[in-house]
Amino acid sequence: MLNEFAFLLCAALTLAGAVAAMTLRNLVHCALCAAGAFAGLAALYLQLDAQFVGFAQFLVYVGAIAILIVFTVLLTRGAEIRPGESTASPAPWMGLLVGVLVLACLIGSIVASPGLFRVPSQTARASVQQIGEQLMNQYVLPLETIGLLLTAALLGAVVIALREPPDK
Amino acid sequence: MTTPLAHYLILAALLFSIGLAGALTRRNAILVLLGIELMLNAANLNFIAFWRFGPHPEKLTGLMFVLFSIAIGAAEAAIGLALVIAIYRHRRTAQLDRLDSLKG
Repeated sequence: MLNEFAFLLCAALTLAGAVAAMTLRNLVHCALCAAGAFAGLAALYLQLDAQFVGFAQFLVYVGAIAILIVFTVLLTRGAEIRPGESTASPAPWMGLLVGVLVLACLIGSIVASPGLFRVPSQTARASVQQIGEQLMNQYVLPLETIGLLLTAALLGAVVIALREPPDK
Repeated sequence: MTTPLAHYLILAALLFSIGLAGALTRRNAILVLLGIELMLNAANLNFIAFWRFGPHPEKLTGLMFVLFSIAIGAAEAAIGLALVIAIYRHRRTAQLDRLDSLKG
């Protein structure tokens, strides 16, 4: 009962944050609402006994990506729309239609699937020690690849955003 | 643990659709990126839910996938926002419908 209440609370926070992030006019408000949605997701991960991923989500999304988005919004000042102008693309109804159709397909297939209303019997354990052992044994190659990718992405982001020298 | 798996899947479906509709309808490039991040997070929630409710939670497969997925999401956000800043420096706009130089 308490568990169900906590799930509903986290789900409401996540969905409200996501809707606000996608509909508000002020870009800084959008970024902060998205941070709320990411925090709700982190709480859901904690509720699902995935403590390590929950805290990683909190650190990476709420701590880093939301701040990165706020910085980008502030660095592109003057790019925001004027008061009377629409925030939507030229044909927003097509986008909404696609979203609703995808949602209908997903919900339809979830409701039609058997066995999705079961609850797990045993409690899953995912200690940091287990995760570390798996990362160092079975997943060591993906781990190295991710390290390389993150380095490349960091350098690439710096190079792309670097101010270009003026043409002679 | 009384919440069934289907509730998490429906929440992830809603989150994915909100992100998709936002990415398709907003004009600002930053918000389109934000919509893509929301879709990525919806997929992550599915992975965690299936890991938790699956028959072999001790193998940690879904958990590992989400860890790598979060790393990819961080790299994607960094590159995407750097591109937005670079485009803004050239064109003085971050509205996607004004970036139509390649349109015939």
